[in-house]
Amino acid sequence: MDKDKKGLSRRDFLKTTGIATGALVGGGLIGGLVGYKVNKEGQVAGMGGHKGVGGVQAVANNRGLMFFTNMADFNILSQAVERIFPEDDLGPGAIGLGVPYFIDNQLAGNYGSNAKEYMQGPFFPGETTQGYQSRLTRAEIFKQAITRMNEEAQKKFKMEFVKLDGGQMDEIITAFQKNEVAMKGVESGFFFRLLRQATLEGAYADPIYNGNINMEGWRMKGFPGNQMTYISEIENEKFVKYELESLSSMDH
Amino acid sequence: MAKTLEKVDVVTVGLGWTGGIIAAECAKAGLKVVGLERGKERSTADFLRVHDEYRYAMRYELMQDLSKETITFRNNRKMRALPMRQMGSFLLGEGLGGAGTHWNGQTWRFLPYDFEIKSMTDRKYGKNKLSADYLLQDWGITYDELEPYFDKFEKTAGLSGDAKNPFAGKRSSDYPTPAMKKTPILKKFETATSKLGYTPFMLPSANLSESYTNPDGESISACQYCGFCERFGCEYGAKTSPEITVIPTARKTGNFDIRFHANVIEVLKKGNKVTGVKYIDNQTGEEYIQPAEVVVLTSYVMNNAKLLMVSDIGEQYNPETQKGTLGKNYAYQILPGATGFFDEQMNVFMGAGSLGMTIDDLNGDNFDHSDLDFIHGGSISMTQTGTRPIQTNPILPDTPVWGAEFKKASIYNYSRTLNVSTEGASMPHKENFMSLDTDYKDVYGVPLLQLTYNFTEQDRNLHKYLTEKISTIMKEMGAKTVMAGNPITNYDIVPYQTTHNTGGTIMGSNADDSVVNNYLQHWDADNLFVVGAGNFAHNSGYNPTGTVGALAYRASEGIIKYSKSGGSLV
Repeated sequence: MDKDKKGLSRRDFLKTTGIATGALVGGGLIGGLVGYKVNKEGQVAGMGGHKGVGGVQAVANNRGLMFFTNMADFNILSQAVERIFPEDDLGPGAIGLGVPYFIDNQLAGNYGSNAKEYMQGPFFPGETTQGYQSRLTRAEIFKQAITRMNEEAQKKFKMEFVKLDGGQMDEIITAFQKNEVAMKGVESGFFFRLLRQATLEGAYADPIYNGNINMEGWRMKGFPGNQMTYISEIENEKFVKYELESLSSMDH
Repeated sequence: MAKTLEKVDVVTVGLGWTGGIIAAECAKAGLKVVGLERGKERSTADFLRVHDEYRYAMRYELMQDLSKETITFRNNRKMRALPMRQMGSFLLGEGLGGAGTHWNGQTWRFLPYDFEIKSMTDRKYGKNKLSADYLLQDWGITYDELEPYFDKFEKTAGLSGDAKNPFAGKRSSDYPTPAMKKTPILKKFETATSKLGYTPFMLPSANLSESYTNPDGESISACQYCGFCERFGCEYGAKTSPEITVIPTARKTGNFDIRFHANVIEVLKKGNKVTGVKYIDNQTGEEYIQPAEVVVLTSYVMNNAKLLMVSDIGEQYNPETQKGTLGKNYAYQILPGATGFFDEQMNVFMGAGSLGMTIDDLNGDNFDHSDLDFIHGGSISMTQTGTRPIQTNPILPDTPVWGAEFKKASIYNYSRTLNVSTEGASMPHKENFMSLDTDYKDVYGVPLLQLTYNFTEQDRNLHKYLTEKISTIMKEMGAKTVMAGNPITNYDIVPYQTTHNTGGTIMGSNADDSVVNNYLQHWDADNLFVVGAGNFAHNSGYNPTGTVGALAYRASEGIIKYSKSGGSLV
């Protein structure tokens, strides 16, 4: 079942969706389909299985820091997310997937500034059932927590966080998870949950967000990405493997 | 100074399913309708790049901008209510189509029992089956009276189903389109439940099995099972939504005008009539008054209640005295379920929002409650909605939630895990209600709605009962390990549960215990209609949209009738 799951011509596609029979008015969808290369071959570079961090640079050469202002902070973040989602025999970890860049870039935008969230006072701690009640934005929480991680490393192990061994890093991350690290205006457990969630988002979001490089996160998981249709395989008893597709394939 | 606009026959506040249906029906009947929508225009063409879990499911692209307006929440009256700063437990919609754009399409008719729940429960189990703290009441309308409107909504939507549910109310016609495809995953559930003596059937779906043209001439495409429904719009126009059905129907009459970015802040009232609404253009900040013969509140449950409260229309419910009707009978749902871990990989990433099989044997009063410490129940379903990688990381309770072990287990289990879940009914309780917050305001300076809500004894008992039944089903389906859902404790607004909020502006047969009559006409103002799941006197064990759609058609008929003859419709 591996090959040519995209062998669906545009005409077939229009037929099965009823669009060709005039089911869809307005022309928006049909117009938008022009340029969508349904049978496109030669996907993004590096499609042929993961090779750790090395083979992925080709597609990531335009990435850079939009939020963090120094590499020391960025490296702490990178090591921490790699502990949460490490490289193993299945494939790349968070660093290999570009997760640190994903998080950095998100912190520079609406996510980091909580743009779509209610941030008016007054602020009170609240019960856990009432959720996020911090005055701090995610960007402020990440910045503070990265500094605190390094301070904890100094305090516990007399070393920079990035120089710790894996087990020592885990100890510090666990302390955050258990709410044992004092933070200003937010609990460390809250930051831990943000960090864990952002790591998973970076590992599995479409590569257009600079994580999940070469769709390696999806490949490990068996998620085929942005497929147009499953109608011909939805009744298949066997697990179907597809050639992975990113949303970026719609734009070039 | 607000600018006063030209008077229209009907103004709707919001353009999701209810506003869309009312606009279509009234405009077809020749009334001049204006729809005020605080969000933006959007259509199928905007959803071509919708297979983006991060943007739509995690960052809530289609949902309400909480920086402008949210609600406050507390579990009980002793707690300080605090703002819901981020979306979580439920997802409020915004923009053309409202929550009807990002819904799954699971479309039910509530049971005949639901509409007469108080009398039927009393008759069968005596008056004290539930304590007096539960404000159970009949809806002021029966299933049979509502049946023609259910039928109408289903035909508008082109619903796909098999009509094999032995517990459903009587239908005047078949589903407009045949049921969706029965997948291997659904067959596992079908076999297991049949073996256990239940009667499985295909879940009624607004993701259509084949292309369909509805009675208004609007076309809906055939579902492609792409696995991106809930939280997403449909790039095929294959998920029935207001913007591909009732909105174009209203537009082509020439009697309908939409104003986007129009956020209504007040319903204007003079004597025993409303005169129109005041709104702010949320892009320019300009204020407008839109006078109208009839005002119809068609926004979400919370905002409909809030607009009545800030406009001082009706009497606010007081839990202390139990006087007042506005804000009472807020209900939600419980979601008993079980996760099964299997050996074989399954095509879990394929699916559709309402691709599923259901049993109704343990819903409503379809089973005897004589020896049980709760009433009602829930619809139990195996749905295959398409699991996506960010949100689906199944692990057993003893697996760490991060690190090497987590990565291996969550990746292994992703395609080897199934969930059987329930839409569990929720009974109104005197301590669960909506009111106005006194500390927090929206960006327009209007107080936020305050929600006081917690699960009750009834919820806990029903949850426990159904969880055990579901675990048995999952075992029968062949799961190697079954992980039953945790017992419920306090309601938590953080994790997503369901966008099936109900009550607060409930319907009924008299003004003493309801906000609107059975045409959804306000008891205190003949030319004001309030429409939506807020009309539910309790919440049933189903998704609400089918019943919401039926009520909107019922209200449309009332508005058209009122426009001709005036006065109370009951």
